[in-house]
Amino acid sequence: MDNEKLIHAIEQYERSWLLFALVMIVVFLIFIGYTLTGFAFYVPSAAERVDPTTVRSEGGLFANPRVEQTGDNVYTAYVLAQAFSFLPGEIRVPKGARVIFYVTSPDVQHGFYIRGTNVNVQVIPGEVGKVEHTFDEAGEYLVICNEYCGLGHQDMIGKIIVEDK
Amino acid sequence: MAVRSASPENIYATHPEKKVSLYFMVLGFLALSIGVIFGPFQIFNYAGIDLYPALQPIFKSYYQGLTLHGVLNAIVFTQFFIQGSLLYLQARDSDIRPLMPVAWAAWWIALIGLALAAWPLLLNNATVLYTFYPPLQGHWAFYVGAALIIVSSLVSVFLSVEMWVRWKKQNPGKPTPLVTFMTTATWMMWGLAAIGLVVEAVFFLIPWSLGWIRGVDPLLARSLFWWSGHPIVYFWLLPAYVSWYGLLPRQAGGKLISDPLARMAFLGFLVFSTPVGFHHQFADPGISAFWKGVHTVLTMMVAVPSLMTAFTIAASLELAARSKGGKGVFGWIRVLPWRNPSFVAQILGAVAFIFGGAGGIVNASFTLDYVVHNTAWIPGHFHLPVATASTLTFFGIAFWLIPHITHKPLAAPRTALAGVWLWFTGMMFLAFGMHMMGLQGVPRRAHISAMSAAHDGIYASSSFYMVFNAIAGVILTIAAVQLFYVLFATLLSRRRLPADQVPEVPIAEAISGPEGKNGVKVMDRLFFWWGAAVVLVLIVYMPTLVQLFMHMVPAPGMRLW
Repeated sequence: MDNEKLIHAIEQYERSWLLFALVMIVVFLIFIGYTLTGFAFYVPSAAERVDPTTVRSEGGLFANPRVEQTGDNVYTAYVLAQAFSFLPGEIRVPKGARVIFYVTSPDVQHGFYIRGTNVNVQVIPGEVGKVEHTFDEAGEYLVICNEYCGLGHQDMIGKIIVEDK
Repeated sequence: MAVRSASPENIYATHPEKKVSLYFMVLGFLALSIGVIFGPFQIFNYAGIDLYPALQPIFKSYYQGLTLHGVLNAIVFTQFFIQGSLLYLQARDSDIRPLMPVAWAAWWIALIGLALAAWPLLLNNATVLYTFYPPLQGHWAFYVGAALIIVSSLVSVFLSVEMWVRWKKQNPGKPTPLVTFMTTATWMMWGLAAIGLVVEAVFFLIPWSLGWIRGVDPLLARSLFWWSGHPIVYFWLLPAYVSWYGLLPRQAGGKLISDPLARMAFLGFLVFSTPVGFHHQFADPGISAFWKGVHTVLTMMVAVPSLMTAFTIAASLELAARSKGGKGVFGWIRVLPWRNPSFVAQILGAVAFIFGGAGGIVNASFTLDYVVHNTAWIPGHFHLPVATASTLTFFGIAFWLIPHITHKPLAAPRTALAGVWLWFTGMMFLAFGMHMMGLQGVPRRAHISAMSAAHDGIYASSSFYMVFNAIAGVILTIAAVQLFYVLFATLLSRRRLPADQVPEVPIAEAISGPEGKNGVKVMDRLFFWWGAAVVLVLIVYMPTLVQLFMHMVPAPGMRLW
């Protein structure tokens, strides 16, 4: 095969491959857009910005980390992620509960990752992260810190217990 | 057979850039040889086996080892090797001598930066990992050292661009030679990408670690870090691409199929590498979902030049093999030079990158990322592009470039060949084990082999995958010993190759060249494309960064290790 023909043949393959690549990327983007609209999925958003040095002291938003019922099967949890534990360390909600989490840190960065769900928040001092999740299955969920926060990082683990009622 | 011939001074006389390039590469490999020591300790941790007590009392914790592993391997080794190898390739490709005093200044700045950063790292005073997110606060020397290392890289940006400008002046109207085009575009990309880290270090981390300012806004610092933190991956990869496009086809006995397509890929990287950082921050509150979406789309765009590269490299190698008599749909693969450790290292690196790229698309997919963010999946992923594709390619380059510069024959080529195969195999085991553990919900960068009894068994669902990590640890340890043996035995050898056996710089010709193509002329206006990249970065970053700058919430530093 002479050079001209060879180049021509390659260019044709090349065009097909590029078309395939572009179509693939577009399809992926469509899937991403589609999953953004549902799928038990919630983009962590910023509820507000707070001073991390005072957030847990008296009068602060997270002075009393807790979970409380705020509606018909709706619960709101104020969670403090701190070195090296979550407060409250154990959250109990009934099956089917929709839980809105507000999470922040008084010290360094942490992770707020509920294993087996799509809840995965970077906990950043100064930011109150907000996510929500509906627990349709009963059982014990682990809350795992997945950002390095110091020597005790690997043991920074909390629990959410979803009770069958 | 080897005879002693030219003395080192004679070797460097015609091309003084040889010496500075060699010094950069050797300094990088020395850093890697230290950083790699912790690798087995890290991966055995993810096999549930805690070997860290064996390092007491010299190294205090898993996290100190992890910090050294990340900083020395990913930041120091890559950059120093790139500074040395790209400088040399551009100088020889364009036949332009770099500004030698400036090149040496870059090397000295890098050395001083490394020494400053290493001091607190080794004394456990900067155990902040290689992402050094505030408010965890390391010793000031770590930040100053890291900043000097980045400054050195910016000197390399200047060196490369200055050489390119000089070449253009001497050769008006001619298209830039391909390797020169690719190296210049790579350095321009990094010049823009590095700004985030420079601002983070100079305006925040250094004054804060010295006590001049009270606090640093952690979200702003994260955003500046990831401005540089994703394109730094392209900064590690593009030099490998330079070799795959510019040299590898010739090492396979053939030619590059399309010179303009290679240029187009590099322009894609120059423009799209940087405005993508928020895909590392999908889980961050405080950055709007809209801008996260924009960065998602741009990240997907940057996959296109990599897909182009896959086609061009594979097609070039196939043509090379067929010209040497290779037959069949896949039979031609057998004809490739499988006994040449330089070729094999690079081709295995490229194969690993297929999986690395696919995983990268998963990570960049906004919604999928929440499944894997900060799980063991992430280190499983980046050991494919960085620790396999780039690192193996850099070893592959060193296997011909060090003999080329020093006139010393490559020691033990068969050991080199075994080493690259084992490195590739070990990394495949590691990638599989870590990716799967991530899907089981195991967090990254956690000392899981030494958890308190209260949490016993919470990662038991990963036991099967931990076996893969243990196997990876054994294989990679053997591979590292082999590769470093070959490298240092070559460097310390007293043998010299006769002049006619010294390897040449294997710059490949192209079947479809750049001459007379209007597209090539447009692509050659690198300053214009650099400007376009700047504009795009400003558009996608400024709304968020300005907002963060105006409403800073400073957090005081803490030491929790």
